Amino acid sequence: MFDMNAIELSNSIKSKKLSVAEAVGAYINTIKNTDGEYNAFISLAEDDALDRAKTVQAKIDAGEALSPLAGVPIGVKDNISTMGIKTTCASKMLAGYTPVFNATAVDRLEQAGMVVVGKLNMDEFAMGGSTETGAFGPVRNPWDTSRVAGGSSGGSAAAVAAREVPLTLGSDTGGSIRQPCAFCGVTGIKPTYGAVSRYGLVAFASSLDQIGPIGKDIDDCAAMLSIISGQDGRDNTCVIEKPFDLGTAPAHTPAPPNLHNTKIGLPHNYLESGIDDEVKNSILSAAKDFESAGASVEEFDMPLMDYIIPAYYVIACAEASSNLSRYDGLKYGYRSEGAETLSEVYRLSRSEGFGIEVKRRIMLGSFVLSSGYYDAYYKKALQTRALVKDAYSKLFGRFDMLLSPVAPTTAYRLGENVGDPVKMYMGDIYTASVNLAGLPAVSLPCGFDGQGLPIGFQLVGDAFSEEKLVWAAQAYQQITDHHTKKPGDVAASAQKQGGPST
Amino acid sequence: MNWEIVMGLEVHAELSTKSKIFCGCTTEFGGEPNTHVCPVCSGMPGTLPRLNRSVVEYALRVGLALDCEITRHCKFDRKNYFYPDLPKAYQVSQLYAPICRDGKLEIETDGTVGKKKTIAIREIHMEEDAGKLVHGKGGTLMDFNRCGVPLLEIVSQPDFSSADEVIAYLEKLRETLLYLDVCDCKMQEGSLRADVNLSVRQAGGELGVRTEMKNLNSFKAIGRAIEYEAARQIKLLEKGGRVVQETRRWDDDEGVSLGMRSKEDAQDYRYFPEPDLLPMEISGEWLVEIRGNLPEPAHMKRERYTRDLGLTGSEASLLTSHKNISAIFEAIAERSGEPTETARLMTGEIMRLVNDTNTLPEDLHIDERKFATLIALVTTEKINRNAYKETIEAVFLHDADPEAYIAEKGLMMVSDDSAITRAVAEVLDANPAAIAEYREGKEKVFGFLMGQVMRKLGGAGNPDIIKKSLKEMLDE
Repeated sequence: MFDMNAIELSNSIKSKKLSVAEAVGAYINTIKNTDGEYNAFISLAEDDALDRAKTVQAKIDAGEALSPLAGVPIGVKDNISTMGIKTTCASKMLAGYTPVFNATAVDRLEQAGMVVVGKLNMDEFAMGGSTETGAFGPVRNPWDTSRVAGGSSGGSAAAVAAREVPLTLGSDTGGSIRQPCAFCGVTGIKPTYGAVSRYGLVAFASSLDQIGPIGKDIDDCAAMLSIISGQDGRDNTCVIEKPFDLGTAPAHTPAPPNLHNTKIGLPHNYLESGIDDEVKNSILSAAKDFESAGASVEEFDMPLMDYIIPAYYVIACAEASSNLSRYDGLKYGYRSEGAETLSEVYRLSRSEGFGIEVKRRIMLGSFVLSSGYYDAYYKKALQTRALVKDAYSKLFGRFDMLLSPVAPTTAYRLGENVGDPVKMYMGDIYTASVNLAGLPAVSLPCGFDGQGLPIGFQLVGDAFSEEKLVWAAQAYQQITDHHTKKPGDVAASAQKQGGPST
Repeated sequence: MNWEIVMGLEVHAELSTKSKIFCGCTTEFGGEPNTHVCPVCSGMPGTLPRLNRSVVEYALRVGLALDCEITRHCKFDRKNYFYPDLPKAYQVSQLYAPICRDGKLEIETDGTVGKKKTIAIREIHMEEDAGKLVHGKGGTLMDFNRCGVPLLEIVSQPDFSSADEVIAYLEKLRETLLYLDVCDCKMQEGSLRADVNLSVRQAGGELGVRTEMKNLNSFKAIGRAIEYEAARQIKLLEKGGRVVQETRRWDDDEGVSLGMRSKEDAQDYRYFPEPDLLPMEISGEWLVEIRGNLPEPAHMKRERYTRDLGLTGSEASLLTSHKNISAIFEAIAERSGEPTETARLMTGEIMRLVNDTNTLPEDLHIDERKFATLIALVTTEKINRNAYKETIEAVFLHDADPEAYIAEKGLMMVSDDSAITRAVAEVLDANPAAIAEYREGKEKVFGFLMGQVMRKLGGAGNPDIIKKSLKEMLDE
């Protein structure tokens, strides 16, 4: 059961080989047995999940179609609101906060018959790239528990890699789905901005955040994205015309992958410096795989590369400084015991309730928006953002999609980088521009380094070109098997998998 | 020294849309604390605003009525500050692209018709209201009912030089908002609030440092506050001091304004574009539609009433003092075809009854059919003025049916010559002394005799015929 993908699991349930309760129960047991090691989950919702399993089973028994993922247990990143289940954002500030409503994405998944079994660990308020900044301890990478799982959706990626749950929801503001997928050897989609409702996603940077799926393979992710996508009266920025129908057919009725008319761009300057050789070689090898499937691959230089990180951090922190102001210790969330006056309630609650990285970003964001600095920083960053969008739109006149690394390295050791914010921020170099431009991207495993750690790459497409990206990703996963590897059965064959002879 | 006062106004008007600006909660005033709230307007994590289109429509109505330019590509911004009545710790407002700009409002100063001044409107923007703090013995409580109630902020240029002008402007603006049906303009409930920016200068000299006055809850308070603040600044400057740019709170009980915060410790609101709301495109078709549905403004009505209907200036002013009054006037006038008589009815008897019964103009409900019938009866001399007045009261106070009432009370006018002649003869027989006085030239006795005859006829006699008959018999 644990090696099936989510669609196969749902099919087993529908064909009565397995009940929803058995599937949910088995996964919950796995979490209980193994998560002490990984710390991927912040909370388990066992009773709720078993109740819901019964409801879903009844519907399936009554012959309701529900969805290709009906009956599947899922995990949800802890910044996505779940009614009646604590949603902490991995912060002391919201440690006791339980939403009275579901995020739209969660609502849609539950209506489609999925069962939320628990909430997943993350960087505090999704601020970080290693899932080390949260209040409830770091997530450990299932491939090597001395290493980080990536972040900020580290719990969402690690839980899938560790086979604790077949499918999860993450969120991506600057790479937070794609990078932990790469570090944990799993598949994820960062949808086009405006494809999935953000209602119920606790905001980090509103103009950049998107909810997306993380799973074992692209079919599962595509099926989940089809369910959660679509307009929502509760989110004005969710502008997609109609939900995606990304289908699941290609994997199950294998057709020869045909990418003959697909033009792929490869950003040469991403691979020149600042990237591990093994990662670079693995990316080049993936590019060859695409060529072998009939696609054309052509190198180009990604413009504005030096401006991406500064512009991204100015905008993301500016929005965060405003979004996180509501945590003032008054209405809900953490309130300092020692506070006597109103200003002390604000100052002490926020000083004690937020962690160092969140405070750093709130201060940075407040600074770039303050009077006298707005024009020099925030406005410039917006102008840069417009240029980035423009550059991408020109590129998509030439290419169908871009193939690039997700991160410059594989998973690093716990504690190795967390004290060096600039180094951490530079880890977003390949991912953040995609959020600035609001584009979709898929993150796929493409090999392993010499230490047996997964390497991932991303395909970036034009706005709302998810169908094209998913098709290319399906083709790739039909001709490769990196995504089928799981921790344990890979370490031994690492050398063979990891070092393409270029 | 010759000082000039320079003032500009910021008016906040709570819009009377059914639901709040970014969620479906009611905007109704009052209610048990925290019963008109939902996760969105109470700022729970993960919630997002969704714009109420009616708010934009109301703003456009006001903008078009005030001759503004409309910002067709219009955006919201966040104004960040911490305060317990603001659960998101930012207010969604408009700084960079307010929906309306560069409008104007013409006022009549000194209460004189014809003496006009144009006040320029700098901008009108949409924003959300904050909640309310309730201070009590056990501490301060928060009521979020008002959070997210839509507001328009109407900002004038510094075009005012006297309290009279400010009040004339506010009255005109209030009238306009009421006619547009966008705000109930109750200053007591805070649905219309005005802040006054005031500075003084030597006549024609450079602009002085200004202060902003808040907490002005009535027109009277505004007048007093302006007088006080201008005098304070002038006194300060004449003593060689300087005015500090600050926000001052008016205390109407004490008749003084007190400094709240100066520019030095003013907050930095860190405005930036609201990322949760996409920019709006306001279509030309929509503007045409809204413009087409704008009601006739009060000043145009006044002009029409005097020019086309032949009413006096004071009648026209009274009839347009409230949208509901003019609507009732027009309905009765149209039905009866007697605008002059209707104007007399409305400004006379009806206004008296409205005052006697303490009825608010907006609560006045009048059956136009009944009053049109009454007007027809009096103008065709079926009833006399006494009977008319009595029946108006019966209809107004008890919703009587005019024709049934007149029949029941026998108020149909007696124009029957023989009945009148008989009554006159009886009155003259009973009052020989009065006849003698009249014949000695005491004309006012005639009125007394008229009254006696009318009384004999139960008040329903035709006064013209009584007069004629009485005169004939006296002069015999």
